Amino acid sequence: MTRFILRRLLLTIPVLFGLIFLVFFLSRIVTRDPCRAILGEKATDAVCAEYIHRVGLDQPIPVQFGLYLGQLAQGDLGTSLKFSRPVTQLLIERLPTTVELTIWALLFAIIVGIPLGILSAIRRNSPVDVGAMVVANLGVSMPVFVLGLFLQFIFALLLKNTFLSLPPSGRLSAGVEVQPLVEVWGLTGTTGIVRGILDFLSGIYTFSALITGQWAALFDAARHLILPAVALGTIPLAIIARITRSSLLEVLGQDYVRTARAKGLRERAVVIRHATRNALLPVVTVIGLQLGGLFAGAVLTESTFNLAGVGRTLYEAIIGRDFVVIQGFILVVAVAYVIVNLVVDVSYGYLDPRIRLR
Amino acid sequence: MSATSEPLMPAGTPGAAIPALIDDPLTRARPSSLWRDTLSNILRQRSAVVGLIILSILVLTALFAPVIATHNPNASMLNPPVGADGVRPPAEAGAVKRSPPCIHALGCPATKPQHLLGLDGNFRDVFSRVVYGARISLGVGFASVILAILIGTLIGAVAGYAGGWVDNILMRLMDVILAFPSLLLAIAIVSALGRNLFNALLAIGIVAIPIYARIVRSSVLSIRESDFVTASRALGESGIGILLRRILPNSLTPIVVQGTLGIGGAVLEIAALTYVGVAGSLDVPEWGSMIAVESQQLFNAPHVILVPGIAITLTVLGFNLLGDGLRDALDPRLNR
Repeated sequence: MTRFILRRLLLTIPVLFGLIFLVFFLSRIVTRDPCRAILGEKATDAVCAEYIHRVGLDQPIPVQFGLYLGQLAQGDLGTSLKFSRPVTQLLIERLPTTVELTIWALLFAIIVGIPLGILSAIRRNSPVDVGAMVVANLGVSMPVFVLGLFLQFIFALLLKNTFLSLPPSGRLSAGVEVQPLVEVWGLTGTTGIVRGILDFLSGIYTFSALITGQWAALFDAARHLILPAVALGTIPLAIIARITRSSLLEVLGQDYVRTARAKGLRERAVVIRHATRNALLPVVTVIGLQLGGLFAGAVLTESTFNLAGVGRTLYEAIIGRDFVVIQGFILVVAVAYVIVNLVVDVSYGYLDPRIRLR
Repeated sequence: MSATSEPLMPAGTPGAAIPALIDDPLTRARPSSLWRDTLSNILRQRSAVVGLIILSILVLTALFAPVIATHNPNASMLNPPVGADGVRPPAEAGAVKRSPPCIHALGCPATKPQHLLGLDGNFRDVFSRVVYGARISLGVGFASVILAILIGTLIGAVAGYAGGWVDNILMRLMDVILAFPSLLLAIAIVSALGRNLFNALLAIGIVAIPIYARIVRSSVLSIRESDFVTASRALGESGIGILLRRILPNSLTPIVVQGTLGIGGAVLEIAALTYVGVAGSLDVPEWGSMIAVESQQLFNAPHVILVPGIAITLTVLGFNLLGDGLRDALDPRLNR
């Protein structure tokens, strides 16, 4: 198993290099005339020439790429042209929002989607199955932002003043604050990467409030997360439920399942211990594939629910032609995507021993 | 065994029965073709029929939009545009900004002007805008998918047929496009090309190209070596001729299925692009931009947001149901 993981890690390295190369060139294609994007449309040619020189954009592209690689090696993603702040600092501030949203959305999709798919498969063609598949079809057909607005309409307006009422936007109620980890633990003196990690974790409100016991803030943050996570998680939920259903139906028709039944195992044991484990392999693939889509959906969810996350920042950077932020953020997203695929591959090895041995 | 199967056997000896059966108009086999079989398979599936009905209604709505719409989709009821006679009609009495639906037949007082789905923030008739929106969503959906299919088929066919380094370069390029979240890539392409509806159409088409290129390439690869292709080559058919007349018709089925699902996806994407505001003018009666313009009004006037939202969902649902139905109907393994 260790050798399998190591081999997969080594295979990831060329992919990462390809990504860095690509992100660098793509972000330069997207940003036409970065000078006027930053300094305004009325900037004169002389001012622009000076600016281009100062930022280093007048150097040949290969030289720029070399310099960029050198920067990256030192963990420096550059300085945002718009905000005049290091991109890493922006990331530490904005990434936790997206990570938290994506994790909860995916958890919701998995926790509801897999049992729904299993239930549909074992009660095939029953009202439960038909109902679940109708919901699944509607779920994949509804744009994230429309679902988000519908949910806001129901839970923040129609159910207002009931116990089901939920906040329509933002991450915390006015006046509620999650104390950063560095303050709780008295580590305000730390700097560098440790400080970065601590600040990043502090930004994941549900996590940091949980480990430091800030129960009121935890409850508030969780309540704010429900609607965006459900809105974002519904499409993957529908897809996961459909794949689980068809995969389990296929497995339940196989000979070894009949053998297990013939041995006199209870139906529960047959479905859960024997069939589901094998049926989950395609489901794991699909969960991995959903992450790219979840990220695209996060852009829309973040604008619907007014959250300052990575998607929102990246969108603003593309519109504002801030190529330093574009390349920094896309790189981080792409690297995260590659790592997730790695985890998916490794979990295949766990779920299906035949893959490990190949 | 023989006792139970006996009643199923036709009366008389089999040899004598056959000539009679051939002449019998009831048992004469109808000529079957791929598309006729497909159609009858689709009509047997409830969900595909639902999809087909939704889409027929939508296509008719788009075609006959001027007849169905009760008002000019861009006309403000407060300040109507100058008519053909050069005279500006008077403002509609009692027009209220974002007024809720008012249908006289359902008990809305006749003193109020009738608007089936109410007015939007610019005093425009929401029903008429949603009806005209079908033209844009379906038009952009079809056009972007056709663009993606044409270019994707070309790339996939060349890659699969040429093989070697051509194949490698083209398919790695496709992998690169697929490696990015498609919506973000589309936003980036639109902002590079210029923010308008036509460029949004192009962007949605471009990000979908790899899907079709992969489908065509894999079917070219699997068919290229088959016996009937070798036979055509032996008969002296040119490479292009083989590609166009022998190989491509065989990859039509998966493309039609993927294309149907793809139009639904394109409708979602165009709505998303206009919602985030990169697809140009917000005055166009497009469903996503109708929502974007009024997104802050959810709590005052929910109808201006929920109505176009339902329109998008129904359209995408129609294409998804029909696409799934087509896939099942065209899959020969399921033909029993």
